[in-house]
Amino acid sequence: MKRLKHLIFWLIVIGLILLLFSSHVIAEDDFQQQRRALVDIIKADVERTRDFLKQESLDERVFDAIRKVPRHEFVSDDQRPYAYQNRPLPIGYGQTISQPYIVAVMTDLLELKKTDRVLEVGTGSGYQAAILAELADSVYTIEIVEDLGRQAAENLKRAGYDAVHTRIGDGYYGWEAAAPFDGIVVTAVASHIPPPLIKQLKPGGRMIIPVGAQFMTQYLVLVTKDVDGKVTTRQILPVSFVPLTGAH
Amino acid sequence: MTTKPNLLFLAAVAIISASALAYEILLMRLFSIIQWHHFAYMIISLALLGYGISGVFLALNCDRLTQCFPSAIMANMLLFSLSAPVCFLLAQQIPFNPAEILWTPVQLLYLCSIYLILTLPFFFAANVVGLSFYQYKEQVSFIYAADLFGAGVGSASVILLLFLVFPQKILAVLTMSGVVAALMVSNCGFRGQRDSTNQWLSSSVFIIGIAVVLVLTALTTLNVSPYKSQNQLLRVPGTKIIDRYSSPLGVISVVKSAVTPLRHAPGLSLNATTEPPEQLAVFTDADNMTAITRYNGNPETISYLDQTTSALPYHLKQLTDILILGAGTGSDILQANYHAIKRIDAVELNPQVIDLVKEKYADFAGRIYSSGNINLHVGEARGYLTATKENYDLVNISLLDAFGASAAGLYSMAENYLYTEQGIQEYMQHVSPGGYLSFTRWVKIPPRDEVKLLTTVINALKRDNIRQPGSRIIMIRSWQTSTLMVKNGVISIDEISRLKQFCNERSFDPVYYPGISEPEVNQFNIQQQPYLYQAAMALLGDKSRAFIDAYKFNIEAATDDQPYLFHFFKWRTLPEILPLLDSGGTFLLESGYLLLIAALLQAIFASLLLIALPLWLWKSKLGIKPESGSHLRVLAYFSCLGLAFLFIEIAFIQKFILILHHPLYAITVVLSAFLLTAGAGSYFSKKLSGSTEKSASMLPMAAIALLSISYSLGFESITGFLLQTGSLSRYLLSIMLIAPLGFCMGMPFPMGLDKISQTTPAMIPWAWGINGCASVISAILATLIAMQFGFTVLIFLAIALYGLAALCFPDSKPIL
Repeated sequence: MKRLKHLIFWLIVIGLILLLFSSHVIAEDDFQQQRRALVDIIKADVERTRDFLKQESLDERVFDAIRKVPRHEFVSDDQRPYAYQNRPLPIGYGQTISQPYIVAVMTDLLELKKTDRVLEVGTGSGYQAAILAELADSVYTIEIVEDLGRQAAENLKRAGYDAVHTRIGDGYYGWEAAAPFDGIVVTAVASHIPPPLIKQLKPGGRMIIPVGAQFMTQYLVLVTKDVDGKVTTRQILPVSFVPLTGAH
Repeated sequence: MTTKPNLLFLAAVAIISASALAYEILLMRLFSIIQWHHFAYMIISLALLGYGISGVFLALNCDRLTQCFPSAIMANMLLFSLSAPVCFLLAQQIPFNPAEILWTPVQLLYLCSIYLILTLPFFFAANVVGLSFYQYKEQVSFIYAADLFGAGVGSASVILLLFLVFPQKILAVLTMSGVVAALMVSNCGFRGQRDSTNQWLSSSVFIIGIAVVLVLTALTTLNVSPYKSQNQLLRVPGTKIIDRYSSPLGVISVVKSAVTPLRHAPGLSLNATTEPPEQLAVFTDADNMTAITRYNGNPETISYLDQTTSALPYHLKQLTDILILGAGTGSDILQANYHAIKRIDAVELNPQVIDLVKEKYADFAGRIYSSGNINLHVGEARGYLTATKENYDLVNISLLDAFGASAAGLYSMAENYLYTEQGIQEYMQHVSPGGYLSFTRWVKIPPRDEVKLLTTVINALKRDNIRQPGSRIIMIRSWQTSTLMVKNGVISIDEISRLKQFCNERSFDPVYYPGISEPEVNQFNIQQQPYLYQAAMALLGDKSRAFIDAYKFNIEAATDDQPYLFHFFKWRTLPEILPLLDSGGTFLLESGYLLLIAALLQAIFASLLLIALPLWLWKSKLGIKPESGSHLRVLAYFSCLGLAFLFIEIAFIQKFILILHHPLYAITVVLSAFLLTAGAGSYFSKKLSGSTEKSASMLPMAAIALLSISYSLGFESITGFLLQTGSLSRYLLSIMLIAPLGFCMGMPFPMGLDKISQTTPAMIPWAWGINGCASVISAILATLIAMQFGFTVLIFLAIALYGLAALCFPDSKPIL
């Protein structure tokens, strides 16, 4: 009788341990599913805004990155239930993590190659840096708010993106030692595009800047430097809306 | 029970009314600081429904409360004085974030909680007045006079206080005034009050009051939203607030960034190689950042200012005399200094901003406001231009509103007389032949205010009989800002070639100049379509009407009668925008206007509930027979009065801003004059009530109609005459014009109450509640009507409402 009780006890313990592990796997699976669903939503949004983006769809590698990067690792516990909704989320310190659709579009507009070197100004939670790390060779990211920068570095490490170079400091002068860059993302809103960043952009390189307040991206500015060093911008509306249709 | 209120009691009622009105203005200020001002509007609109709830409460309990009248009054006064600061402190603890409202439903719950909490102080204040009406039902005109007089004094006092102390500290003043009012009532000598009780009550109330005031004054700090730009900057290491100033125009804070330079240079060219020198950030209400730039007299240090679109006029020809409207922290002046302008006249509305640059940080700013070539004028732009006889080579208006607020549609309901057809005509009168008027604004996508400003400019030129406005306009843009210029003369070929060179060197795009062709636009800063070029071509062509109608935003020209440059909302576009909201299209919504509609709907809903509830549930208690329809007359009468009073008041405040120039002083003077003279009118109305029947009640309303119509129709002549006179006489004459109107407007309400006090006194609190609800709806509705149809229509609607009220004047027969 005593042995039977022992057996039952151990069976329960083993069962609980297995359940604990499997729940983790189930949760991961669940997150995976949510990421897949999120990609579908983003694809539908891209479809709607194809005229503005001037392309039918985004680079499939961008979708792969969104399917892979665990966004829930980059938000606080109370925001985790919303991690895979297509919406911006607060990350503390008066900052937000952009809407996944905007992240996808911004990343796509950089047209990154596997060998590229990318700079991000304004690390935030580290999610955008993780996405960039999936597509480029090396990622350098700078955050001016100390606590946020430290938290982002931890998030990136935890999610397996140790290779991302993080730094806490002023992003206005870019990252001179690692320049020039094939792509630059400026997520920290500035009153103007810092001239040093334009300088650190390689000829043929692309810089993307979201414009607008927290929770509300109004448009994206794509800065391109052609092979002769001529700089132009393109303003991209992230939603399908034209002020006027028809000929005038 | 006394039948006539003594003076001390009336003074106490006036103090509570003053405090309640001051609290309302104060809450608007406080919520503008911790949140954004459009939500402040919404919160106040519902909080004021405390008046409506009070009406219901008193309708049901007035008999019980009058039995212990002095205690009930004192209790409500003390509850007001305690709840005013406590409710605000509670409300600001609620983590409400308007930006998240579309994403997170719980935000709506937070908003409702704020409403409910802030309703309380107004409920207590309304109880004091409503209960006094019932208690002194035969002397309602005295109570109403005290109420209006108090409100008049309250509105002026709080404006004065806002200059002296920070808004959160004024909460303590309100607490104190509530306590003082209660003490006054305790010393009124009501029958049944024992002396010892009196003394005990007085001293304990006083001690508690003082203690609360001291604790609150020490503890109150404002919980500013972390998403406001000031708080975001303060996250940067080495930043701190080094100065703060309070004024009714906003709390100004100066932030120094010791480690990371500020580098505020909006609209800087992509080709710029220089950056701004050291700067201090200046925030108004923790947002709308501008900067004071260090200047050592060496123009090379500010060469970055030549790399913005607003530098264009200086490159078209040699300018000698210029006028800068909205000089602020001085960047436009530095830009002019960089171009070695000989004489600069600068106008700035906010004296505290001037003080910062001229006195406090004068050395830092290079004493720009004290240099020999500058004449500084503190005042409103159009007021200055009306008074001066000077002409200028350039009149410049640049980026007076910060990008965040302008882009989010928050200014949609704010009147702005700078950008109206009449305003532009006025500026052009002061531009020398061959000189320019220049506007620089933020680029928005899709374009809104730039197009609306263009429509307004074209209309203004047409009003000045310029047959071909297109020959006098040029416009350029960067990715961030656009500059629109109007020449007093025809644009020359030389100017066009200089414009092209200016744009080429800085990677800016021409938008419009006479003879422009499509291939020349949209080269450096590429938009999906050359929106602004298309707009300019359409508006200057013969299909401008069709273009304005087809455009998905409201780009009708702004006029002095509808001075809303930032109102772009079109109902027709809403169905297209709504599905885009969850995919990030929130910025397309003109949130300010829609929130105003939301505020109106919730106020109407709550009012219907609060007015109808006692009527349907407790008809007999109010003294209404089921089949009697007379109560509907009471409802109509007091609703019409509540609506009409504020329609007229708001319309005339706006009209007088153009005469008195300074919006703040205009609001204070006109509002106080209206309320004080209405108080006098109420006091006098007793004499009319005593006289014959309906004809007497018609008299004040007929006078209101007559005065309003003559003012409204003759306003241009009145303005023309008053603007010729000096500053003091302008204020005095304005008060003299308002006084008879206010006097008459103070009469109908107490006359109506007096009538029902003779027939169905139980309805007095209900009527008071109706008037409160109608006033709340009126304030919002007035803004919406003015936005849609203009202030003149608003005045005529008010007259019609007074007419309707005259028809519905309560019967002298009992409603029973």
